[in-house]
Amino acid sequence: MSDRDPNDMTPREGCPVDDWATDFDVMDEGYIKDPAPIWEELRDKCPIAHSTRWGGAWLPTKYDDVREMARAAPTLSNRSPGVIPPAPEMREQLIAEVKEFGSELPPISADPPEHKPYKQLILPLFSPKAVEEYRAFTENLANELIDKHIASGEMDAAVDYAQQIPPRVIAYIIGIDPARADEFTDWTRGIIELGQTDPDARMKYRRIIRDFFQEMIEERRENPRDDAISKLMASEVNGEKLSDYSVIGVCFLLLVAGIDTTWSSIGSALWHFGMEEDDRQRMYDEPEILPTAVEELLRYYSPVVMARRVLDPIKFGDAEMVPGQKVIMNFPAANRDPDVFENPDEVVLDRERNRHIAFGVGIHRCAGSNLARMEMDVALRVWFDRIGDFEIIDPDAVRWTGGQVRGVRTAPMRIVAS
Amino acid sequence: MRICVDADKCEGHNRCYSLAPELFEVDDLGVASALNEGHVPPGLEDKADLAIANCPEFAISIIEE
Repeated sequence: MSDRDPNDMTPREGCPVDDWATDFDVMDEGYIKDPAPIWEELRDKCPIAHSTRWGGAWLPTKYDDVREMARAAPTLSNRSPGVIPPAPEMREQLIAEVKEFGSELPPISADPPEHKPYKQLILPLFSPKAVEEYRAFTENLANELIDKHIASGEMDAAVDYAQQIPPRVIAYIIGIDPARADEFTDWTRGIIELGQTDPDARMKYRRIIRDFFQEMIEERRENPRDDAISKLMASEVNGEKLSDYSVIGVCFLLLVAGIDTTWSSIGSALWHFGMEEDDRQRMYDEPEILPTAVEELLRYYSPVVMARRVLDPIKFGDAEMVPGQKVIMNFPAANRDPDVFENPDEVVLDRERNRHIAFGVGIHRCAGSNLARMEMDVALRVWFDRIGDFEIIDPDAVRWTGGQVRGVRTAPMRIVAS
Repeated sequence: MRICVDADKCEGHNRCYSLAPELFEVDDLGVASALNEGHVPPGLEDKADLAIANCPEFAISIIEE
């Protein structure tokens, strides 16, 4: 560790990183593009790094540490799971709302004991059985997207394909109009991408999404439907009907968490195959390895990090955490830990022993993990089935996004019909 | 070979069910349990081993008899 004090909150945004162990920047362009070498360095030098940037945070890079921290609820609290904390004005508003109405985005922003009943409300939407019922819809969608572009010989695997699938599937599940998917995507980016560093955008899109679901609730109060919103409105937590605030919070979470994340996974997977000729060919030669390939790509390109807030003093290794500090659940770095994974920085498409934690661990395990896996399975299956060969046109034109969710945002490909 | 799932550790990742549906079932909340009281039919030992090795919660174990 160098001499930067974890409690020194002098803003560092905009300055180049002088030491990743004490001054890391999750929004650094190089880090977003390729964080693995930095994690490798940190694991040897300072496995739980600290930085004062973006409100200050701890950053674990070892699998065991990340697991232990993820399971330390509620000492490490989920009340503010954003990697970049909201601006002071929004923070105050959120604190006031939570005091009045309860958790903002339950279950992800809730701690025990409030967390469990909300998680149990949404889990049945994403059970293996439930998810299979969305498969045909997802397959049709993937095929339609390819139909649209196949004749032109070019397709942006991120924009024209990966980005298009999750918003329509999650809209279908929630019970909102899949035809408005482009709007839902804009709103989600407004929160998760743009909103990270632009407090006004974060407020604006939060308002838009909350108003939208309020409207959906009003419609269903008159005419209940057979959809997730109506079911949530009729649900009870601890013997009480959910308030509009909570129904909106759950729907907000389902929408936002179901879009950026899976889109990033599908996009990164196709970027990988577009770049790596041997792996691409292997998928054509041995399509039966798709299930292990999906898990391996989830491990290697793990898109999501979450944050925890320290409520009581707690120590992990040399890191002495004090109340108020933030801890980044660095699932992507855990998944590259050489103590757990053989050749962690290599994509091994038939890796059979793969205890990755791309969806987190403990009580906040991603509720939609079965859905995400199904969407990845369908998106890759249909892609390899319909497209005979493909490659990235210009690797330098590929753009990544990062912070809360890391993934490919543009990946133009040359494609040949099969 | 006999296996069991620790329901307190299981968080519903459903890796076991997806790798070895012959050996596990999951409920609507995703909580897994071993079929056939955990007895692994001959020939499925490798699948049981894979389920154990892929569980992110270390929730599956072999019952020593």
